[in-house]
Amino acid sequence: MENLRFGLGAVVVAACVFIAAKLIGNQYVFFAGYVVLQYIVLATAWNILGGFTGYVNFGTAAFFAIGAYATVVLHKTTSLPMPVMILIGGVLAGIVGLGTGYLTLRLRGTFFSIATLAMAVVMQTLVTNWDFVGGSRGAYVIRPAKSPLLGGNYIEYLFLLMLALSVIAVVAARAIQHSTLGLGFASIRDDEGAAEAAGVPTLRLKLLATVLSGGFMGMAGAPLPYYVTYLDPASGFSLSYAVNTIAMPLIGGTASWLGPVIGAVLLGTLQQVATVTISSALSLLIVGVLLVLFVIAAPRGIVGWFQR
Amino acid sequence: MAASLAITGLEAGYGAVRILHGVSLRVGAGETVALLGTNGNGKSTLMKAVMGMVRPGAGSIVAEIDGRSHQLIGMPTEAIVDLGIAIVPEGRRLFPRLSVTENLLMGAYRKAARTRLQQNLEFCFEVFPRLAERRTQLAGLMSGGEQQMLALARALMSAPRLLLIDEPSVGLAPLMVTRTIDKIRELKESYHLTVLMAEQNFTEAIRIADRGYVIVHGAIGFEAQSRADLDNNALIRSLYLGE
Repeated sequence: MENLRFGLGAVVVAACVFIAAKLIGNQYVFFAGYVVLQYIVLATAWNILGGFTGYVNFGTAAFFAIGAYATVVLHKTTSLPMPVMILIGGVLAGIVGLGTGYLTLRLRGTFFSIATLAMAVVMQTLVTNWDFVGGSRGAYVIRPAKSPLLGGNYIEYLFLLMLALSVIAVVAARAIQHSTLGLGFASIRDDEGAAEAAGVPTLRLKLLATVLSGGFMGMAGAPLPYYVTYLDPASGFSLSYAVNTIAMPLIGGTASWLGPVIGAVLLGTLQQVATVTISSALSLLIVGVLLVLFVIAAPRGIVGWFQR
Repeated sequence: MAASLAITGLEAGYGAVRILHGVSLRVGAGETVALLGTNGNGKSTLMKAVMGMVRPGAGSIVAEIDGRSHQLIGMPTEAIVDLGIAIVPEGRRLFPRLSVTENLLMGAYRKAARTRLQQNLEFCFEVFPRLAERRTQLAGLMSGGEQQMLALARALMSAPRLLLIDEPSVGLAPLMVTRTIDKIRELKESYHLTVLMAEQNFTEAIRIADRGYVIVHGAIGFEAQSRADLDNNALIRSLYLGE
């Protein structure tokens, strides 16, 4: 009931955001907003494994790019509608999440993080050598001109889809946080050995966390080829996705669903503004500086300021 | 309507290091059995092997619960908890950033235990009124004695029949040790529990133990048939009193 009410509230907020973007009447709002929304999904997804369960994943770019390259393949072979492609990208990334979980969840702490980073490198190497998706030359995707929904430009359609996806991700994260599942995740984060001793099925919960986290990341990546129209491995697997996705929950606060949202909106918007006004190369510098400031001044993030 | 445990020829360790060398022991229905021994003799390893957290190399661990026998070796920990076996881990191992109530809920994570969740929670608060007062406090902010009570209560949340307690006295003030041991006796009686308790504090442990084993370098050094037996044993005297 509570979740349903929150979900409806989130839909209303999302509708307001879309209407506001329409009213501004500048196409750039949709371009910039899409990136911010994409980071809401990524940060929320990362936080399910990294914040709730305590396993820091450096391999965001891999899951994200799996979604993106799934779309490249589907674009070349089929003519499926975008939402279906998003779903397929999510399922594929979720499956890879499950595999990664099986292979790496014996590792804890830093070792797990290094393993996820290594996985991203392996994935990138595979895609770089896969000719069908363009290899290192990259792939071109021709974006349709018109949105099939509510009129307007295709970018507005992608914006709308990403908006819907972020609503789903945030509602799911919040529901998890307040459920028995979320409590199980928190117990793993606090003391995995004790959780196991108390009878919490730790392996199953961790696998569930990697699947959910990876799946949402894949979904966030699926529309990317249509957004950029040209995708090469270096940009799809860019380390900045991993760095941003870790920084956003840390700045917002990792213990609750709200943290990644705040972090993504704040940092994502700041980066978009900096890209236009100063330089796009500055965006990662902003992340670094903010991260250092927050680790010193607010180790529990912005949400942490308002709690206890 | 009681639970018992029989371990025979148990070999276990970590990687290439063997800790337990053919340990056999028995905990009869309704008994409190003390597992005595100083640091590094394998008490915790034995406890972890029973809970499925250490994979034994050989031997058998059979739990008999309500007339049904279960071979525990090879079972995952959560399934062992489902059978009605719970552990109070060494050093308490609470979830420091979760509240008292949340810690208790973690003790009843499995579906089987959740059916009587509210009832068990109320019971825990009744038995440990201090925890009821502090139900929203973070577990990490409580005193050592309170934490030990919470660890005991958490183990009881799964409504166990067989309770393993690993070194309840660690890190507690002498007065709190006495209180904790008293509490264990009280719980054992009111819940009709079967208890296997590993302990270094010999004098406290034998106050409530019916029988005991002394474990030395991963093997049973002495098996005491009664409390008096434990009290007058040369091995124990040499281990604990240096005689």
